Amino acid sequence: MSDKKETGKAILGGSLVGVLNGMLGAGGGMIAVPLLKKLGLRQTNAHATAVSVIFPLTLLTTVLYLVTDKVELGATGLYLLPGAAGALLGGLLLAKIPGKWLRKIFACFMIWAGIRMMMKK
Amino acid sequence: MSWIWSILAGFAAGALGAMGMGGGGILVIYLTLALSVPQLEAQGINLIFFLPCAVISMLINGKRKLIDWKSAWKLVAGGLPATLLGFWIAGKMETRWLSIFFAVFLLAVGVKELFAKEKKEEGNEGKKDGEAQ
Repeated sequence: MSDKKETGKAILGGSLVGVLNGMLGAGGGMIAVPLLKKLGLRQTNAHATAVSVIFPLTLLTTVLYLVTDKVELGATGLYLLPGAAGALLGGLLLAKIPGKWLRKIFACFMIWAGIRMMMKK
Repeated sequence: MSWIWSILAGFAAGALGAMGMGGGGILVIYLTLALSVPQLEAQGINLIFFLPCAVISMLINGKRKLIDWKSAWKLVAGGLPATLLGFWIAGKMETRWLSIFFAVFLLAVGVKELFAKEKKEEGNEGKKDGEAQ
């Protein structure tokens, strides 16, 4: 693939990641990882790189949510510390575990949650 | 005892999020399903939550040279303006429809991941990666 074509693909795919981030406040990584792999990155690198793609997008969306009063900064308080501990573990483990079984378990969880969310109310 | 679940949900979301595995899903799911937080607010909480987790992950994996910054910036270039579009769409949607959209997205990704075949060579390359550090 030519360099130009690849860049175009990356920008187009990136915009899909952005729409999801702005709209759902999540889920960008699930698109970014396979996209980065298509661009030639290895599995581990794709996961690590996806986080750095989503970070600036999340920063922008967070500012938008905060200035339009969709959420208060304090609402996250309870989750920050365990989240940081989890991130430390996850970050350290990323290169160490194959992650295959983890992805399969998480996939089952997402399907279950998706069905529950649809049936809610 | 709900605080224990909150801590566990935060921990799991942080761990998966830092691995770029969609940890965001966990916290939004927990907030909306277990605590009945409105969809948009849950998304907002998840966004703020992800920022420090991402910084930690980037510090660790940047040092290990696992991040391909060149590819990252291309995606970000396309992503930033699109983020505004996504945010605008979310504002136009009814909360109920937004959570249905979220649910459909979860189902689609879940099914895709569950039946995805892993290529053997990728696993091996990953190992090499780990050994190279």
